[in-house]
Amino acid sequence: MLVLEKNALSDEIESFVNQYGNDRASLLQILQAIQRKHKYVSDFAQQEVARLLNIHPVEVYSVITFYSFLCTQPKGRNIVRLCRTISCDMAGKDAVEDAVKRELGISFGETTKDKRITLEYTNCLGMCDQGPAMLVNEKVYTHLDPETAVNILNEIK
Amino acid sequence: MEIEKTNKRTGPVIFSEYSRSEGIKKALEMGREDILFELKGSGLKGRGGAGFPTATKWMLTAAANADKKFIVCNADEGEPGTFKDRILLLEYPHLVFDGMVIAGFTIGAKTGIVYLRGEYEYMLSDLEEYLMKMHQSNLLGKNILGRQGFDFDISIRLGSGAYVCGEETALIESLEGYRGEPRNRPPYPVNTGYMGYPTVVNNVETLASVSHIVVKGGGWFKKHGTDKSTGSKLFSVSGDCNKPGVYELPWGTSVKELLEIVDAKNTKAVQVGGASGTCIPKTQFNRVLAYEDAATGGSIMIFNESRNMLKVLKNFMEFFVEESCGQCTPCRVGNTKLLEGIEKIERREFTFAHINNLKELGRTMQVASKCGLGQSSPNSFISILENFKEEIFHTDGKGQSNGKA
Ligand SMILES: Cc1cc2nc3c(=O)[nH]c(=O)nc-3n(C[C@H](O)[C@H](O)[C@H](O)COP(=O)(O)O)c2cc1C
Ligand code: SF4
Ligand code: FES
Repeated sequence: MLVLEKNALSDEIESFVNQYGNDRASLLQILQAIQRKHKYVSDFAQQEVARLLNIHPVEVYSVITFYSFLCTQPKGRNIVRLCRTISCDMAGKDAVEDAVKRELGISFGETTKDKRITLEYTNCLGMCDQGPAMLVNEKVYTHLDPETAVNILNEIK
Repeated sequence: MEIEKTNKRTGPVIFSEYSRSEGIKKALEMGREDILFELKGSGLKGRGGAGFPTATKWMLTAAANADKKFIVCNADEGEPGTFKDRILLLEYPHLVFDGMVIAGFTIGAKTGIVYLRGEYEYMLSDLEEYLMKMHQSNLLGKNILGRQGFDFDISIRLGSGAYVCGEETALIESLEGYRGEPRNRPPYPVNTGYMGYPTVVNNVETLASVSHIVVKGGGWFKKHGTDKSTGSKLFSVSGDCNKPGVYELPWGTSVKELLEIVDAKNTKAVQVGGASGTCIPKTQFNRVLAYEDAATGGSIMIFNESRNMLKVLKNFMEFFVEESCGQCTPCRVGNTKLLEGIEKIERREFTFAHINNLKELGRTMQVASKCGLGQSSPNSFISILENFKEEIFHTDGKGQSNGKA
């Protein structure tokens, strides 16, 4: 990372800490804010958070690895999470899954070469009456079929 | 397509008439003692799954002597097949937030926190806007509705995709900025909760029920349901039926009646209570939905004759393997062993001796696990393997009976 980028990231993290507070109870909110913006929490970001909250970087790492919506490695600009729990499965999840993989040319757990999309599975999204369902970043899409799902993914930047 | 909203729902209790802030006004008139009295009279039990009497929880916290107390609304709704809290938060936020204000008034808390699952982040801006409006109407903030000294505020915190954080002590750990690992109980949150202070953790639907009880009385609430399960329940119905969705029905409704209401045909099995619940076969459809019989936090998943129950079970066990926090051995190792057993059955490599050992392991997990996740994850393993033996063990493993259709 360039020095300038590091400085910018430090400033940004400092502003999150000012917003949420520099106590331990604010840790998850700070990490969520970094994740939302950068789609991951880098080693450097972890160290900065630890420094500002006055805790050991391992503590920060340990919290990140616990939560499935936080990660320490870069991902695509958009994270797509397809529900794989049984009600969505029965509503036709497999067909959606196959179509999405074919269209993007990647498997679940992978990121497209242009870094546009990361595909992931998730557990029940609370949309079981309208399955198959998926999240694109924080937005939820329901009643998917292979075609609508692919169209949604083709539209995101 | 985006999510559907239904604006006019009807039901005996939760979806009955209620105008916003009605409960808060009534609560201020009644005073703490009367609120607790009505709550006790209502017989309301927690709607989040565990079914602990709400009045008792509130009384313990009200009686605690502490500088600070907290109300936490558990909106982590992660049990597979559950989505009724989504409906309450999207369409009836006033019922939920009024319930929190009433709770704050009753136990003497100044702070309410909603723990909203990360998957529901799309609701956040609407909910925050609603809270702003409550502020403008002095339903939150200082000296609420002119009552000197009654200050209460609500903030919303997001989860980050961990089912176990719905467990109340894991939720508190998460709020405090730690990994969402359940604590040993006791101490319970009513004594040692958020930041060590007495804390009431209630489910979204429990708090919504409170708003109605305060306005209409415990006696009114108790008229619905059964002796041991008073009031009504929101059921989240999905799977093989023509009318999936959220239904408000009195406790004591039978599985069979529910199947008729949601227009389910050729039903083979109903999973009551989500992946942690039990699987009810056709021969037991006269069982009733109630704490004393088929208990549930509201998840109802319907399977018709065409479904492969081993595949259903595998889906549940994969869920638990992934969502176990890994803190204690019975759950961390046990769920993996149960899943491996299912894979052996799938490949037709099982022995009955091994399956029996696994059921025994499941019963050990039910008593030896630290929290409700590991204690209840073997439920579906045991109930599906026992109730669907024929299909699972006497067939080719793909749901096709040997020789039979
Ligand atoms: C693994 C696990 C997950 C849970 N998830 C939820 C949940 O999503 N929502 C909820 O209200 N309660 C959940 N609970 C139950 C809570 O621990 C707690 O009993 C409940 O929030 C208390 O509120 P109530 O008395 O109003 O039901 C869960 C329990 C366990 C063991
Ligand atoms: S039972 Fe499972 S989820 Fe609960 S504490 Fe033990 S390992 Fe964690
Ligand atoms: S099963 Fe997919 S949203 Fe619940």
